[in-house]
Amino acid sequence: MVQKLDNLKESPSQTAGPYVHIGLTPNYSGITGVYDADLGTTMLGDAPKGDRITIKGRVLDGTGTPLRDALLEIWHADASGIYPGQDGADADVYGWGRCPTDMDDGTFRFETIKPGAVQNRDGTPMAPHITFWIVARGINLGLHTRMYFADEPEANAADPVLKRIEHQVRVPTLMGEPQGDGTYLFDIHLQGPDETIFFDI
Amino acid sequence: MTDKPSGLFHRDRSWHPAALTPPYKTSVKRSPAAAPISMPSTLSEDTGPVFTRDILGPQDADLIHNFASEGQSAIGPRIIVYGRVLDETGRGLPNALVEVWQANAGGRYRHKKESYLAPLDPNFGGCGRVITDEQGNYEFRTIQPGPYPWPNGPNDWRPAHIHFSIFGQSFGQRLITQMYFEGDPMIWQCPIVGTIPSREAIETLVAALDMRRTVPMDARAYKFDIVLRGVRQTMFENRMEGL
Ligand SMILES: [Fe+2]
Repeated sequence: MVQKLDNLKESPSQTAGPYVHIGLTPNYSGITGVYDADLGTTMLGDAPKGDRITIKGRVLDGTGTPLRDALLEIWHADASGIYPGQDGADADVYGWGRCPTDMDDGTFRFETIKPGAVQNRDGTPMAPHITFWIVARGINLGLHTRMYFADEPEANAADPVLKRIEHQVRVPTLMGEPQGDGTYLFDIHLQGPDETIFFDI
Repeated sequence: MTDKPSGLFHRDRSWHPAALTPPYKTSVKRSPAAAPISMPSTLSEDTGPVFTRDILGPQDADLIHNFASEGQSAIGPRIIVYGRVLDETGRGLPNALVEVWQANAGGRYRHKKESYLAPLDPNFGGCGRVITDEQGNYEFRTIQPGPYPWPNGPNDWRPAHIHFSIFGQSFGQRLITQMYFEGDPMIWQCPIVGTIPSREAIETLVAALDMRRTVPMDARAYKFDIVLRGVRQTMFENRMEGL
């Protein structure tokens, strides 16, 4: 016998279920008067540095049907590639947003600024990207993915995470497509031929 | 030489539910078929939003009263739910935001898409939140939710449960799970509980009745600890990690 390690096991995940809105966006679900506002609806202060962007998209199941009961959270750095909480971060960039997919048409929408390149562990830059986390009824463990910017081909080609993906044919599933007005379209496919790359980080 | 966090412990996916769990039917068309791409965490996952107590209202951690009319309270067995948010190294996590939601004592949710015939409680909303203290402790008051039927198999029922959403210190620690109640026979019948591969793992989601923490003539207490992924602490000799 040997000594026992003091390690604990992570609590196992369970689905967020169909009523995730009650807990995470109660005002959106019609439960008003408990919290002043739903967390994560405002991502910027008065004077953030950087280009304003809107990210729009849907979460689609294996039949191509948009989920109308999903919830997404995003996390990103400021325009200089510094995360909120780190030294020198832009105080008007909160970095974190939360949005349910619309109960009628299944769309989500985030309004924020475009992040800068963030340093990887080895000091090389990662291309500008936004971390996405998706939960819903039928999703047993929250899904992590990233949205990169399709209009940053050079930075994307050098990105250490994108480079290590074996099936390069799938890399376009991680690209937010510019619509020309600061809007990026980012549909997330849970399944099917266009299945989005998800990360085990 | 500096002691700096160097990323998250790798997640043990065999301990969590698989994406595709056919007895839980909704997972069939909502589960990715490809394996997730493994990568060590980067600054993008090692950092995360920080929440401070100024977001909290005075009744956020009191579901018995936070939706009730003046002088009223929610119907149902009054309980205290308390515990700690820890990481895999056993460290209590301070300032962790814990958000909870649940059905009322009859098993009915206050939600547009909910159609169970059990009635709404006019004094129960079903959401609450709390931020852990310096040692990772949290506590809230609520009523014990009821079990409820749900459309899956012809006669599937959820055991009484409270949904939990937890933020640690890294966005990569983000977790949603559910708390069950000691002694509930419905736990072992439920296809959603059954997505968790082992009985050992399921038992970590069953809160223990704690009569010592009970407030006599008021509320019983259940203890529920939550464990998030650990953050590696390593000594580095040369290159810093950007944190
Ligand atoms: Fe539930």
